[in-house]
Amino acid sequence: MSTPTYMDYSATTPVDKRVAEKMMEYLTIDGDFGNPASNSHYYGWQADEAVKKARQQVADLIGADAKEIVWTSGATESNNLAIKGIAHFYHQQGKHIITLKTEHKAVLDTCRQLEREGYEVDYLDPMANGLLDLAVLKAAIREDTILVSIMHVNNEIGVIQDITAIGNLCRENKVFFHVDAAQSAGKVAINLKQLPVDLMSFSAHKIYGPKGMGALYVQRKPRIRLEAQMHGGGHERGMRSGTLATHQIVGMGEAFAIAQAEMKEENIKIGALRDRLLAGFEGMEEVVINGDMAARIPGNLNISFNYVEGESLMMAINKIAVSSGSACTSSSLEPSYVLRALGLTDELAHSSIRFTIGRYTTEADIDMAIDLVREKVEKLRELSPLWDMFKEGIDISKIEWAAH
Amino acid sequence: MAYGEKVMDHYENPRNVGVLDKDAKNVGTGMVGAPACGDVMRLQIQVNDQGIIEDAKFKTYGCGSAIASSSLLTEWVKGKSLDQAAQIKNTDIAEELSLPPVKVHCSVLAEDAIKAAIQDIKDKA
Repeated sequence: MSTPTYMDYSATTPVDKRVAEKMMEYLTIDGDFGNPASNSHYYGWQADEAVKKARQQVADLIGADAKEIVWTSGATESNNLAIKGIAHFYHQQGKHIITLKTEHKAVLDTCRQLEREGYEVDYLDPMANGLLDLAVLKAAIREDTILVSIMHVNNEIGVIQDITAIGNLCRENKVFFHVDAAQSAGKVAINLKQLPVDLMSFSAHKIYGPKGMGALYVQRKPRIRLEAQMHGGGHERGMRSGTLATHQIVGMGEAFAIAQAEMKEENIKIGALRDRLLAGFEGMEEVVINGDMAARIPGNLNISFNYVEGESLMMAINKIAVSSGSACTSSSLEPSYVLRALGLTDELAHSSIRFTIGRYTTEADIDMAIDLVREKVEKLRELSPLWDMFKEGIDISKIEWAAH
Repeated sequence: MAYGEKVMDHYENPRNVGVLDKDAKNVGTGMVGAPACGDVMRLQIQVNDQGIIEDAKFKTYGCGSAIASSSLLTEWVKGKSLDQAAQIKNTDIAEELSLPPVKVHCSVLAEDAIKAAIQDIKDKA
């Protein structure tokens, strides 16, 4: 069997070969394997130079100062450090935090932990298109609110939040603003010199860099303080101890530099492929796009094929590797909490497929996917009692189903 | 999740997909599950004058294991009396298909479906 065509770029991306080659220069005895903290000899200096360069590369893509970058093990750690770090450091100013129901679990579960520690958290409902209603946020901000955490781009539906407007609202109310940008870096232009954002989380492996590597932007002017979550040798100005993983950092830097050079063209190419995919489904009955189509990254198409269950559809289209709203949390059998938060019925959430395409997707891949999906959806609908009922004009929402 | 061979076989070549006349006196229909839970099974059996199930059809909305469980069930009930069919246990289905623990509820649904179909026939008599 040939390997399936990869269309799950929001789960992770392959490391760009140019990135992998750079990383290999920092591992072996022939390379610059030193500890960047060894400031007494050549090996340390070489590694330190490489880390400095990477820090600048990351900062350049996002319009930050290199001194504002804190290396972490990934966006999950960055989110933990930002949210817990702010909450713990500024707890005397208040213990109220606001976030969104469609955030990544790395934000939601961190907030849950803070609730256990005595903080209060509001989890706001997004609008049906996945975007945050500013009026809802405004109404939720209180005197004792210390932090708002809203993601830039949603991992499931790809919608882009208006972080400028949200950030301005936070500034007016003197509330810190953290943004999880794991899914947006390299896809949406980010200029932190202008954006009213205090903290921003990044991941390397969503942007053709290595897994296990991330960064947190921590604004310096005015200076944001954080309570460290990892204690040790005082690396990263005391905010995140631990020997710097030179090769990983170099990989992240290189991935960000490539994104900066190629993002504009790549977005056009990927956007055209996504539109081709969507156009390929035209004329199919009972197809629903999940999330706003205009405010969305080019590579994402989250779509529900009503009356077909997502997991069985994924199994039928196993020549392409995608994910489903019924499978992200496949061990729990619960449909996607993101789609549920948009107000989708359970069955539409169960019927969703997320296509995320990227750097190595081709037109031929898209055309193959279209044919495959059209054929299999039809086959599974032939097998679906719900499709029969829909065709007979029976409203399945009016039937009393015995939940099991 | 990776599926076993037998699940894949039933999933790719489902047996006895279709519809029987639900209003016929000798046809029993069992519809179980809920769209909100991600699976709905409709199992229909047709009984001859000797009380033997001579035909069975299904349609299922659900994951591969749910489709395979109902497909297998239609094979098993054919040629059985209603009493014999009522003896089919979800554990037999789960074992035959090597369902992982997280998918055992699909076989439970299949057992519920045959029970509901038998009840429907009995209610019509």
